[in-house]
Amino acid sequence: MVNPQMVMYEEEFNQIQTVVDRLVRDANAKVVFIVDKNGQLISAAGDIDNVDTTSLASLTAGNIAATGGMAKLLKENEFATQFHEGEKANIHIQLVGNRVILVVIFDSRSSLGLVRLRVKKASEELNHIFETLLKKVQEPGADSPFAEITDEDIDNLFND
Amino acid sequence: MSFINYMAREINCKLVYYGPGLCGKTTNLQYIYERTNPEAKGKMISLATETERTLFFDFLPLSLGEIRGFKTRFHLYTVPGQVFYDASRKLILKGVDGVVFCADSQIERTEANLESVENLRTNLAEQGYSLDKLPYVVQYNKRDLPNVASVEELRQMINPTSVPDFEAVARTGVGVFDTLKAVAKLVLTELKKGGNG
Repeated sequence: MVNPQMVMYEEEFNQIQTVVDRLVRDANAKVVFIVDKNGQLISAAGDIDNVDTTSLASLTAGNIAATGGMAKLLKENEFATQFHEGEKANIHIQLVGNRVILVVIFDSRSSLGLVRLRVKKASEELNHIFETLLKKVQEPGADSPFAEITDEDIDNLFND
Repeated sequence: MSFINYMAREINCKLVYYGPGLCGKTTNLQYIYERTNPEAKGKMISLATETERTLFFDFLPLSLGEIRGFKTRFHLYTVPGQVFYDASRKLILKGVDGVVFCADSQIERTEANLESVENLRTNLAEQGYSLDKLPYVVQYNKRDLPNVASVEELRQMINPTSVPDFEAVARTGVGVFDTLKAVAKLVLTELKKGGNG
């Protein structure tokens, strides 16, 4: 196995969501979201009705993958932080524990300094939560809910 | 690497369309996008050059329905087919759950097909995957063109391990959904076995 299966349980999800919700307030952010390195959205908070988080998640992961590729060529481990400044919106992207990506979108109501500061604290908390989660996933007995599905279930999905 | 979210009760899987330049990977996704109900799909994103050649990837999120109360979502990606974009191709394969190899059936593309399938095998191996263990299907595209190799010949060259394969004309949609369904089924079957990761 290349990577352990990514699984999200209710307990850890709630902990993550609490951190993300607080980061929106503390950093005066518009939107905060967490994506895994494969582009799957894990959690989001803030003004998410007005942004396409699925697309943003996939593009963020692509961006981190491309930057990681550049780092490798320069014999760097990773470029853990990225910042994109626009006219109205800015994006701060932080790699957390080399596992997930924390994205903060903010405007002139906040500042890069504040975002950086709050992201640093949130990253530490998130890293801890994801470490626990990963351990839980690797425990024996943490079976996939899909172990019980039948071929018929799968076929039914494709019946037009 | 699929992502099971107990909280949202959904499962997310990543499918990658691989193949030589201009074989029709993006066309496959475009057809799927056009023919899927709006509620079952997200926005299709294409990171392409000004001449509409894929630069990094195309992305299309799809919902297939529910299995045992879990929403099944598939994220479809294409890679850039042109040989010199190899570094980007490797990145797209990260975390892949299933692969579609899209071959160009035209006789003059024989070598390009072989080179691409070999490149797929190498790039997967670099990430620690084996093409022989991954959910994998082959599509012989552009069957409507006059100068195509026979399916038997293509099968021998590109599909020696006899994975499920399909004839297609992606432009008009022939074989497009058959290919998608086949690989999606294999991915779900793999999840059922619990061998995915």
